[in-house]
Amino acid sequence: MTHVVIVGAGPAGLAAAEHALAAGADVTVLDQADVPGGQYHRGASHRFEALLSRCTWWPESTVWALEGKRVHVLRGPADGTNRRRHTLEPDALVLATGAHDRVLPFPGWQLPGVFTAGAAQALAKGERVAVGQRVLVAGAGPFLLPVAASLLDIGAGVRAVLEANPVRTVLSGWSWRAAAHVGKLNELVHYAGKLARHRVPYLLGRAVVEARGDDRVREAVTARVRADWSVVPGTERTYRVDALCVGHGFAGQPELAVAAGCVLDGGFVRVGLDQRTSVPGVFAAGEITGIGGAVAAAAEGAIAGWAAAGRTPGRALLERRDHARAFARRLAAAHPIGAAWPGWLREDTVVCRCEETTYGDLKSAAADPATPGPHALKLGTRAGLGPCQGRMCGAAVAELCGGAERHHRPIAQPIRLGELAEPKENP
Amino acid sequence: MSEPIAITVDGETVTGLAGQTVAGVLLAAGRLSWRRTRSGAPRGVFCGIGACFDCLLTVNGVADVRACRRRAADGDEIRTQSREEGA
Ligand SMILES: Cc1cc2nc3c(=O)[nH]c(=O)nc-3n(C[C@H](O)[C@@H](O)[C@H](O)COP(=O)(O)OP(=O)(O)OC[C@H]3O[C@@H](n4cnc5c(N)ncnc54)[C@H](O)[C@@H]3O)c2cc1C
Ligand code: FES
Repeated sequence: MTHVVIVGAGPAGLAAAEHALAAGADVTVLDQADVPGGQYHRGASHRFEALLSRCTWWPESTVWALEGKRVHVLRGPADGTNRRRHTLEPDALVLATGAHDRVLPFPGWQLPGVFTAGAAQALAKGERVAVGQRVLVAGAGPFLLPVAASLLDIGAGVRAVLEANPVRTVLSGWSWRAAAHVGKLNELVHYAGKLARHRVPYLLGRAVVEARGDDRVREAVTARVRADWSVVPGTERTYRVDALCVGHGFAGQPELAVAAGCVLDGGFVRVGLDQRTSVPGVFAAGEITGIGGAVAAAAEGAIAGWAAAGRTPGRALLERRDHARAFARRLAAAHPIGAAWPGWLREDTVVCRCEETTYGDLKSAAADPATPGPHALKLGTRAGLGPCQGRMCGAAVAELCGGAERHHRPIAQPIRLGELAEPKENP
Repeated sequence: MSEPIAITVDGETVTGLAGQTVAGVLLAAGRLSWRRTRSGAPRGVFCGIGACFDCLLTVNGVADVRACRRRAADGDEIRTQSREEGA
């Protein structure tokens, strides 16, 4: 029987598991979290019990390295010691490792109390914890609306939701027919109603350009921005806040795919019609192949699982995915990142949060003929060399200094030296 | 997720609910930051899912645990940390 290993139990990985099982494969699903569901199905992990009872299900299992299709797993609590090391050698591998928020740097974004939109969502939905009582939600993209709704659901006060793109850009991408087709219209009406009932303004063409505070965020400075996100002088407005949630879309987490040798396109894993990557036997699905939301992720996962089990996906499966993807492309067009955002930065603005490399450091290093190329730039400024390995600043540094973002992280997730030195490997 | 739990943070008792992450317990208790960078700047949660490494702390003697990825357990001893100490 074909053994399919699926990394990630979010909407994509779970759909892959279901379809690989239906196609007759022997399925192992693993996730570093201790419950299934990924970023979307928080608090609904019980829904997957029946499905996972038919698979080998490994929660609290972190894939820290790949060699081709050989999967190196650490089992045990996150960042613990003495986790058990395992190696799997499947016939086919489905990577469904999802995404993290993308946040563009701005002065003060490193202050405590500034969160990614996804963090606020995860804490509200998964733990019923509100990140603050006077919260401003800002950035770009449709995801800001469910974040504001979740905050309101747990009783937090939301001062406003700010979308940096102007009305015209947003409306040009949203197509009501397409939205209705993927069932997104009801969701939108629901969020709009909730914001209205709570008198939370949804303002377009406005961005947070600075967070202020000493030990924590206390004020957010917003400004009107043009279509390219350049600031309209004199339109600044200061909100008193105790939390600020910012998201400028998402970035895929492709490090495992990179480790497997898969070709990327613009930070996302390149896949063929049946979600096949450039490496034989390795499939990818969900937000690592492009940002499209949970519906698109699940549709891709279904195809990946089916194909990984050795079957040819039928028309219906392919059409479902293509519709979801087409809608996602429209949404991306409706919420682009304006090219003039670096205008928000000052010399002393932190760009690399881990190493506290500033915009000034980066500019002078980039202008220095002794540090040509992204590699030398990194060594010269330490940007991207801290614990997060450029996950947070990589795209911004690449944009500010020219050159491509690097996704190669030989160790995809941290492993303690003691665990690495331990010779014993479990089957 | 309703059983109360108690953990200590630098010796001080903080209560939370079973099922919350260490980050969730600390935030719910009004603690926003628990780490200092090399320059001494305070940091807490940023990404919430294990990608930014801003939320590192020491759990039961083990340093550099991401607070947003570790479920809090009753009796956990948490220590805040600074980059000099952890690195
Ligand atoms: C913080 C956050 C919150 C979000 N909340 C929502 C929401 O409430 N509503 C919404 O519509 N969209 C939300 N999104 C968008 C979201 O990414 C989805 O659209 C959807 O969950 C994508 O599905 P996926 O299966 O591709 O990835 P995910 O759901 O992200 O699942 C990926 C899974 O892979 C696991 N994983 C990753 N790397 C490894 C590894 N090395 N080893 C083992 N396991 C690994 C992760 O633990 C995770 O469970 C959120 C995104 C983020 C970043
Ligand atoms: S908040 Fe980003 S790693 Fe925990």
